[in-house]
Amino acid sequence: MDVLVCIKRVPAVGAEIALTADATAVDTRHLGFTIGPHEECAVEEAVRLADRTGGRAGVLTVGPPETEEQLRYALSMGADHAIRVEAPVADPEPEVTTAAITGALRELPPYDLVLFGEASADAGHAQVGFRVACALRRPIVGGVKGIDVGEEHVTLRREAGGGVEVHEAPLPAVAAVLEGLNLPRYPTIKGRLRAKKAPVRVLAGPAATSGLRTLRLRHRPEARAETVLLGHGAGAAPAVVDVLAELGVVR
Amino acid sequence: MVLAWIERDAQGSPTAAAGEVLATARELGAEVTAVAVGEPGDLPDDLAKQGVAHLVLLRHDLLADAEPATVGEALAGLAAARGPAAVLAAATPESTEVLAWAAAALGVPLATACTGIRPGEPWEVTRERAGGILLEDAVLDAPVHLATLTGGARTTGETAPAPEVGVEVVVPELDPTLPRARLVEHRARASGMTLATAPVVVSGGRGVGSAEGYAVLEELAGLLGGAVGCSRVATNNGWRPHADQVGLTGTRISPDLYVACGISGATQHWVGCMSARSILAVNTDPEAAMVRRATWAVIGDVHEVLPAVVAEIRRRAGT
Amino acid sequence: MTPFPDRAQVVVIGAGIVGNAVVHHLARLGWRDVLLVDKGPLPDPGGSTGHASNFVFPVDHSREITLLTADSARQYTELGTLTTCGGIEVARTEERVQELHRRMSSATAWGIDAEMISPAEVAEKVPFLDPSVVLAGFWTPSVSVVDPLRAGELMRERATAAGALTVSALTEVLGIDTEDGRVRRVRTDRGDVETEYVVIACGVWSPRIAALAGATIPLTPAVHQMIDVGPIAELAATGREIAFPIIRDMDPLMYERQSGPDLEIGSYAHRPILCDPDDIPSIAAAALSPTQLPFTPDDFDPQMEAALELFGGILDRPDAGIRHAINGLLSLTPDGHPLLGELPEVRGLWSAAAVWIKEGPGVGRLVAEWMTCGAPEIDPHASDVARFAPHERTRAHVRARAAEGFNKTYGIIHPREQWSSDRGARRSPFFPREEALGAEFFEVAGWERPQWYRSNEPLVAEFGVEDRSHEWDARWWSPITSAEHLAMRRGVAMIDLSAFSQFAVHGPGALAYLQHLCVAQMDRPVGRVIYTPVLGPDGGFRSDLTVVRLADDAFRVVTGASDGARDLAWFRRHLPADGSVALEDVTSAVCTLGLWGPRARDVLAEITDDDVTDAAFPFATARTVHVGSIPVLALRLSYVGELGWELHTATEHGLRLWDAVAAAGAPHGIVPAGIGVYGTTARLEKGYRLMGHELDAEHGPVEAGLALPRLKEADFVGKAAYTKAREGEPEATLCTLRLDGTTRVPQGGEPILTPDGARITDRRGRPSYVTSAGTAPSLGTHLVLAYLPPWHAVEGTGLLVEYLGERYPVTVARAGRTPLFDPDDTRMRG
Repeated sequence: MDVLVCIKRVPAVGAEIALTADATAVDTRHLGFTIGPHEECAVEEAVRLADRTGGRAGVLTVGPPETEEQLRYALSMGADHAIRVEAPVADPEPEVTTAAITGALRELPPYDLVLFGEASADAGHAQVGFRVACALRRPIVGGVKGIDVGEEHVTLRREAGGGVEVHEAPLPAVAAVLEGLNLPRYPTIKGRLRAKKAPVRVLAGPAATSGLRTLRLRHRPEARAETVLLGHGAGAAPAVVDVLAELGVVR
Repeated sequence: MVLAWIERDAQGSPTAAAGEVLATARELGAEVTAVAVGEPGDLPDDLAKQGVAHLVLLRHDLLADAEPATVGEALAGLAAARGPAAVLAAATPESTEVLAWAAAALGVPLATACTGIRPGEPWEVTRERAGGILLEDAVLDAPVHLATLTGGARTTGETAPAPEVGVEVVVPELDPTLPRARLVEHRARASGMTLATAPVVVSGGRGVGSAEGYAVLEELAGLLGGAVGCSRVATNNGWRPHADQVGLTGTRISPDLYVACGISGATQHWVGCMSARSILAVNTDPEAAMVRRATWAVIGDVHEVLPAVVAEIRRRAGT
Repeated sequence: MTPFPDRAQVVVIGAGIVGNAVVHHLARLGWRDVLLVDKGPLPDPGGSTGHASNFVFPVDHSREITLLTADSARQYTELGTLTTCGGIEVARTEERVQELHRRMSSATAWGIDAEMISPAEVAEKVPFLDPSVVLAGFWTPSVSVVDPLRAGELMRERATAAGALTVSALTEVLGIDTEDGRVRRVRTDRGDVETEYVVIACGVWSPRIAALAGATIPLTPAVHQMIDVGPIAELAATGREIAFPIIRDMDPLMYERQSGPDLEIGSYAHRPILCDPDDIPSIAAAALSPTQLPFTPDDFDPQMEAALELFGGILDRPDAGIRHAINGLLSLTPDGHPLLGELPEVRGLWSAAAVWIKEGPGVGRLVAEWMTCGAPEIDPHASDVARFAPHERTRAHVRARAAEGFNKTYGIIHPREQWSSDRGARRSPFFPREEALGAEFFEVAGWERPQWYRSNEPLVAEFGVEDRSHEWDARWWSPITSAEHLAMRRGVAMIDLSAFSQFAVHGPGALAYLQHLCVAQMDRPVGRVIYTPVLGPDGGFRSDLTVVRLADDAFRVVTGASDGARDLAWFRRHLPADGSVALEDVTSAVCTLGLWGPRARDVLAEITDDDVTDAAFPFATARTVHVGSIPVLALRLSYVGELGWELHTATEHGLRLWDAVAAAGAPHGIVPAGIGVYGTTARLEKGYRLMGHELDAEHGPVEAGLALPRLKEADFVGKAAYTKAREGEPEATLCTLRLDGTTRVPQGGEPILTPDGARITDRRGRPSYVTSAGTAPSLGTHLVLAYLPPWHAVEGTGLLVEYLGERYPVTVARAGRTPLFDPDDTRMRG
């Protein structure tokens, strides 16, 4: 089975996120870049599925040349080919991303399964997978934490409604996955060295626009009160249990 | 007119998040039409209390599973037919999926995770980014404005109840040739607490001292109905498996209570637990970052404090 | 949560390993009201201590660094935070094998147990290493891994328990107020603290903090890449943080160490990646920590290939993943040494920066002792923060040298190796002439000094000077130096000495001031040239220099270029507060040309009308003479053992002086001679001692053979210790040893051994090692200088010197200061 994972280059941020002077973007001068944890799981799953079924695991991103760093990261995790759809920024609006991916999927050899992360770690629009599925007329399940493939169908598990739902979709299909789907592997040294030399196929991106346009970013006002000292050593236990009771975690 | 997608709980009642969506919809000043799938049940009464006078129930065989993609397709059809100014839903995963498909089908943008919506020329929204650390003000320029709303977008205030709710059943046109996923099984939650979902996480770091030292953390977690986590020091020392690691290179969690035992609170760890609703830090060092950031702190050794806490819980429970 | 004080005896900024060690030792030495602040949280405030590799390799070619490391290892051990695992530096090339032999010599010299081992023995100790790419290993059993965060906690606990310490984490220093050039107050976001002492132990942030007080700490943050690869079953099975020796794979400039189930791989091979202290992200904004920057994988790829060559057996596995990868920040300085001591710009403001984990606790002790007693036990000569010339403290210079120095971290550095970046900062007025003569320039303190002149190449054949047989001996060296030497001894030579640091001292208090700083009697007639040791409070050498009395209340101090900045700081620090003495650095205003050799008087007589006969211008006197229209201060003295003068004139007259001397000297066969002659060959033949080589804080004038015949009445710094030393027998005597029967020439730092190969130490535990080495062309041999204990400091005694893995016989040719060449100094006094 051939699987394609759509990944996004996002800044690896700390607890506080600095913004550019005009506040339209995250200040990435001191930051590295990564793919989100959901997408790491998606890549891991694609590699496993391809291994298990003798298929191919591809990765695709939309953005400028520097986004190839993330493609190479995915390659070092075991993906076997990479595609970059040209776009001026690594963080296009969802409709633009959708147009780019949809266009690429029409041009590329067919994939049985296209995986997305549930939401990107930076913008968090949480919709590109569904948009792509809609445009390509494919079934999709979101929030996926388990995948089993059959000949004609894929079984997708998600947590919902206080339990687990099992969905079945005919192939080809699309899924948006969640962290916890698997434990993604770390890249190996050999994988990294192989990924460094691997070719990246570059496709032209479509001219698309969106009615959703960022005006500015700002920090959410944070109100954290002073720490309440409950005491020292074992003597603090009653005060601790009072707090636990107040929270309702103990009777 | 504003369409408000109503997410229903297992009993068929609108979820709390759906209630907040209705409140926001009303604030936009237009007539609110609630949209849901399934049988009416108590839904009209519930909606009447929230001042909603119109309910559209989408009914179709293909909607039996309430697959978000199919619901989205039906909702898009309704929006196309009725021409609302906006279609709103809660920013839950399922409702977001519904609106995502609907937006794609309608060819319009979707603003997810909004904390505020301001109609105007054009409309503007405020939405969450980066897991909520940042807010984004954005233009939402579209013939119909699709948005999902986070909990707390507004508080549900006093509302004059609607005298009666007009229930309209709509059978959407759904593409019979479209390949669809279908729900084949729904099973109750498997037992066992996961780190990511546990309401309480009792986590240990360098101060725990050894793999054996986690026994008391396990015990406390059991009493609190929680899971055990750890810092990178612990995984590095082989005290705990990596799956237990909270932090940048481990799991990011957002429990109601995070009990940080002997964890200094290095940034690498902090980003993994900063979304916790409250933090109790146990540390020998009153200047440790975790102590300074915690809601509550106990200064002392993990192996003195925790056994005492466990004993106190047992004493009060009379066990 | 801790109440914040408004007064403190000392404020230590930075709670990494260094700051913690400083407060611990200050408390131990009796300081109270010590306040330790850090912007970050504890125990890991986010600096380099928190992400360091934490291993301690004890052997360094520098004795100072080795001593600091050994002291640190002792302290880590005592705190229970050290795990001995052993370490092996492996060689993949023949050149590196030679370097490992050199390290072996340093290990022997400094008394550290080590041994050269075969590839098979390497593989025996580290079974998963592929020995086929290894030629040899340098095995140091005492290599260890330490826990600096835990050590820091324990040190704070002890200082707190002593009632001496207040700790305030998450406290940002906003300002350091000074008054009259002294520290007065530290301003923080938790309040202001009145204090007279501040210690900056802020690692990569130190320059920023120093700048708050208008001072400079010349370091730059730079990236050191490291990755963790695992899990690896063999490592995990040990159940320990470290169970195998650490490998330093020296040729690709990297290391591999076990870290629990992972193998940590670090590199000093990638391109220098420098960063600005102002550009380091805040704790909150950093993804990992402020000093763990995002990994740049492209820079590390070659190291991965190299690691696979050595450790392919465990690294090339599908489940061994790269689990952690950072661009860690560390501090680099222009010369690679730490930055310790009181900053020259502000009294009471101390630096304890640019320190590796392996030196941290030792540096803490050193700085605390220095602050408490005025002099630490370990001589901080090479680490003194006051050592830099102004241009060496600029951002451009620091970055240029740090960038160049980074890849030398595991490099093979020849003792004479020259920097290639930021050269030409200081040029004497003679520079154009020297360049035209094909001078090979060596740099000191930014000065470009001719080491030898290619124009003298023909002299090599004329004197039959032999080239050195071995490439390492001959590197950064030329036989021309010996030829220039012989030409000087035969006729006359001119030597550019403009790099001298010179201070003008004048005012009514000048005599008393110099009396207080100098061992020699300064109250001598006007026109006297006085050589004097300058001592620290413990009687060890602080400097040695020449003082000229120009008038009753005016003196000129002439000192070496490499110690000029340190000496200037020392002299400034001791100026009386009453304004009775003015001290002016006139280094740039004066140029100096040495004129020496049997024909020197003939040359000088031709260019001046002044009487330069011995009667009119005796040895050890100074006079102003006129060379044409140029006033020249001529000092009759010599560091090369020949008749002659230092000719000092204003910089702008320099070229004319050079041309006059060259023209007048031509008929006498004058040659330009380089510093190779001045600093090595002629000096060694005369047994003259050099600061930073023979002369250090561990030895006083008595042991160095530089005690003066009379002890002056006036008090001076170090007098008590000096007096005591004069009364007893020296524990060691500086000796000149002949190296006969070999063409090999040691370079300095090599151990002197007994005939049966045993290490030699004196009763105070100080080792005997080569302090200077070089050719003595007029004696037809090579010489080395070394301190020897009394039982070996006997002329005629046969000993050994270990050099690059071989041992060569040496003979004590002279115990004490009497020169081997012209013992009665008849040539220079003639």
